[in-house]
Amino acid sequence: MSQAILDWSLFLAQIMLAMGLLAALVRMARGPRAQDRILALDALYVVALLLLVTLGIMNDSQTYFELALLMALLGFVGTLALAKFLMRGEVIE
Amino acid sequence: MTAELPLWLAIVVSACILLGALLTLAGCLGLVRLGSFYQRIHAPTMGTSMGGGLILLASALYFSVTLQRLVIHEFAIFVFMTLTTPVTLMLLARATLFRDRMEGAAVPPRASARPATEAGAPEKSE
Repeated sequence: MSQAILDWSLFLAQIMLAMGLLAALVRMARGPRAQDRILALDALYVVALLLLVTLGIMNDSQTYFELALLMALLGFVGTLALAKFLMRGEVIE
Repeated sequence: MTAELPLWLAIVVSACILLGALLTLAGCLGLVRLGSFYQRIHAPTMGTSMGGGLILLASALYFSVTLQRLVIHEFAIFVFMTLTTPVTLMLLARATLFRDRMEGAAVPPRASARPATEAGAPEKSE
């Protein structure tokens, strides 16, 4: 009973997060300028991270947590570098 | 282990996950629907703050109860995201402002470029 509740809500949450991923992808494809695409990429990695956390609960495994942490670290650095590139035209001066 | 999953845990974890996913979805829909970049930059922060917080809280709660010990390393992700999202979005907004000014778009001028009568008043840093 309780397992069924958890499974169904995880399933629904994953569908919602997948729709969020699609929405970010739409903005990334459509975004009129570079900063819109970078913003969409930022949202994309956050939603993918949350999807990984829900997968971790679903499979009762903690391995997904490490992937999510790695994703948060690398996504931060990536968005920072891209924003710096927009500002200056180069990443490392 | 999953056979004796308590009912209250399933309900609390489900509620947190569903609410978090819903908020994240709302943020992403805002990313698609809002009109200008300066409006859009506010939308996805909903997913990083409240949505992410609720989903990570659900994960911490679930593993704390099923593994019979305190599992709070999910909060590391939450703290990290809370610290880094303002930094990146601030930088991105400033880069966008810089590009718009370079192209002469209709954005507010720099604080230092205002007339002297206005510059005397205490003003916010952009």
